[in-house]
Amino acid sequence: MKNTVKLFTTLSLLLMAIWSSAQSRMPEVEMADALRENGKIYVVVIVLCIVFAGIIGYLVIIDRKLSKLEKQRKK
Amino acid sequence: MIKHWWKALGVVLVLYTIIFGFLGEVPRQPILNETIRNTYFHVTMWFGMIILMVASLVYSIKYLRTEESRSDLKAKELAISGFFLASLGLVTGSIWARFTWGAFWVNDAKLNGTAVTILIYLAYFVLRGSVDDPQKKARIAAVYNIFAFVMMFVFIGILPRMTDSLHPGNGGNPAFGAYDMDNKMRMVFYPAVVGWTLIAVWITDIKIRFHRLQKNNNEKYS
Repeated sequence: MKNTVKLFTTLSLLLMAIWSSAQSRMPEVEMADALRENGKIYVVVIVLCIVFAGIIGYLVIIDRKLSKLEKQRKK
Repeated sequence: MIKHWWKALGVVLVLYTIIFGFLGEVPRQPILNETIRNTYFHVTMWFGMIILMVASLVYSIKYLRTEESRSDLKAKELAISGFFLASLGLVTGSIWARFTWGAFWVNDAKLNGTAVTILIYLAYFVLRGSVDDPQKKARIAAVYNIFAFVMMFVFIGILPRMTDSLHPGNGGNPAFGAYDMDNKMRMVFYPAVVGWTLIAVWITDIKIRFHRLQKNNNEKYS
């Protein structure tokens, strides 16, 4: 199990190195075009949106609890 | 619900920033590459911090004029939130610098200026903590806050512009000129500033209300 993980990481790191070296040979300024072309950048955007929505949801809950306390105090 | 509109606006603007910050088109620049998108997340922290510090300054002056403790509370909490944004700006800037300028910390006028600014505001909190009498504390803190703001203005607004700096807008580099931000980026950047600032104000608002409740509670039972 451990060896497979090791092998996998080594292979993927190697692949990444080859990929990046292949990229740096291109004369144009590199941008993450490929990421957007095959649409995977959207995954990151969705993840970020969910994380942000979660944080905001938490803030809303805290805000509501505070409002409740403030109302109780007024009575 | 209607009185919460500004919170909703902040959420919508930051969501817009996240979506178009990643998917929108940006200028192609060597060295910077895709990291130019950090503008929407790192630079906005500093803009938000300055807006909150201005608000804090306004409440400090208001306190000196009216001696209302609520103004002092607002000034303090706004300064804390501004400090928080500044810390995020410093950490994110450090990471950005590592991959574009080559080191986590470079000897740049703006970086050292922000470090000094952070220390100045740290002293503001230490000062607040060291005075027991609430009225005296509020008055001294308000006066110091005015001083701190002026120092911040000098250290991150004036001095970096008089020397060479790696930051755009300093030492003859154009600030958000044609080379740094095009109109497409501005369409995301300015809403991002407003959005992040509103979120920070929301958190500040929650903290202010918490402290008010806490204070009332203490008065009730002591």
